[in-house]
Amino acid sequence: MRQIEIAIVGGGPAGLAAALNASKLGAQVILIDRNDYLGGQLIKQTHRFFGSKQQRASERGIDIALELANEVMANEKIEVLTEATALGHYEDGVLLVEQAGKIMAIKPERFIVATGGAEKTLLFPNNDLPGVYGAGAVQTLVNVFGVKPGKRVLMVGAGNIGVIVSYQLLQAGVEVAAIIEGAPRIGAYWVHAAKVVRAGVPIYTRHTILRAEGEGEVKGAVIAQLDDNWQPIPGTEREIEADVICLSVGLTPLTELLWQAGCQMTFVPELGGNVPFRNEQLETSVPGLYVAGDVSGIEEASAAMMEGALAGINAAASLGYTSDTLTADRQNVLDQLAGLRSGPVGEKIRKGLAQCSL
Amino acid sequence: MRIKKHPILEFKTGKIVKFTFDGRELEGHEGETIAAALHAAGIRTMRESGHLHRPRGLFCNIGNCSSCLMVVNGEPNVRVCVERLREGMNVETQKGKGELK
Ligand SMILES: Cc1cc2nc3c(=O)[nH]c(=O)nc-3n(C[C@H](O)[C@H](O)[C@H](O)COP(=O)(O)OP(=O)(O)OC[C@H]3O[C@@H](n4cnc5c(N)ncnc54)[C@H](O)[C@@H]3O)c2cc1C
Ligand code: FES
Repeated sequence: MRQIEIAIVGGGPAGLAAALNASKLGAQVILIDRNDYLGGQLIKQTHRFFGSKQQRASERGIDIALELANEVMANEKIEVLTEATALGHYEDGVLLVEQAGKIMAIKPERFIVATGGAEKTLLFPNNDLPGVYGAGAVQTLVNVFGVKPGKRVLMVGAGNIGVIVSYQLLQAGVEVAAIIEGAPRIGAYWVHAAKVVRAGVPIYTRHTILRAEGEGEVKGAVIAQLDDNWQPIPGTEREIEADVICLSVGLTPLTELLWQAGCQMTFVPELGGNVPFRNEQLETSVPGLYVAGDVSGIEEASAAMMEGALAGINAAASLGYTSDTLTADRQNVLDQLAGLRSGPVGEKIRKGLAQCSL
Repeated sequence: MRIKKHPILEFKTGKIVKFTFDGRELEGHEGETIAAALHAAGIRTMRESGHLHRPRGLFCNIGNCSSCLMVVNGEPNVRVCVERLREGMNVETQKGKGELK
């Protein structure tokens, strides 16, 4: 069995930041990711970042991911295991990891879970047909591999991700038939929405998808207008011709490891689903087990990096590592996080966090 | 369908390799995922579900949902959205749970 000071599962922005901050204080770290690359969701994000003014907004996600990943790879205190899947974390504190068909047992003194989130789906007839994709799936296909998912897309959901992926589809030469949104208003920042509208893509608010059409594969969809109680209004159904239906209806935290480790969990819709209780240090109800990033509640990449930094600092500090600037560094991260979550934009997150604080 | 021209991205593609899909010979780029190579060839159906025999394709594209399981070189339940394409791979539509031969 491998002994290590800190094990981190997930090499997205949260896990990378955690590894860098913990190692900076002197801790020995193992970073585990099931992909064959580091960077998590960020590697497909080619747009200039939305969100936070202070935290690298207007840089491209992919550049941030590469920079952090290179820094981690060059760090002697961080051992990186890729194509390695964390399978479980047991009462005796042992973490099981599968890599290349072999199981390995690791016993970390501190454990940071940064497994990110998974895209949600929607219930409607034929939602399992080939041609129905998560927005992130389409983004990966188009931006990472340069391959089109089809010819004409119906985007469901006009939040930031739905609108940005629509724009990226247009850049890739794929037609976007329409963006539909159940709410009366779009969720995306207007700068992004304006770009797709200018390109001629209609955004229908207060609309939903009733079903996908097609035998074997998606050939179209039926959409309808919603009333104020989110019920389809009879007579407003209309057919949209599309061979791709892209669902951009939010993410949900990937919490299997946390459930299995026995963390106290609670359902918080504002944070995307079931999330762990945690204290201000980001430690869960299981002593020594920390969380960071989307797994602790769906936010965005800057918050994930900040949380990663915080979990990394706290895990290392709890092992006795310190520095002259420890208190100031920690406070700085906390202040930045509070900044990110301030104002009307952060209201939902603040409401969510209030429900899962230890 | 591959993207020919892109305003901000350049795609680094590996060398061209041959593989088979249900016995049909296809080409793809080494190092891209099997799912990407199939999509480039216009193939979006990857398996048949166990109970209702419904077609299934890609959903998450990050190895999380198991919608894309196929038989690769005789081994069933391979998530082709994260499995990299290599020369000579034998890729087949999976029916139901698949069998270990
Ligand atoms: C389509 C899309 C567009 C987005 N655009 C923006 C944007 O413009 N600006 C912004 O700020 N945010 C954006 N986001 C959100 C941002 O990408 C996420 O908030 C951020 O990546 C979360 O970071 P993370 O480290 O928590 O998780 P992730 O980036 O999801 O990383 C988690 C990692 O954990 C690994 N993992 C999971 N389970 C295991 C396991 N059991 N064993 C081993 N490894 C495991 C995964 O492989 C993954 O690499 C977007 C998200 C999506 C889906
Ligand atoms: S598409 Fe979800 S695992 Fe492959």
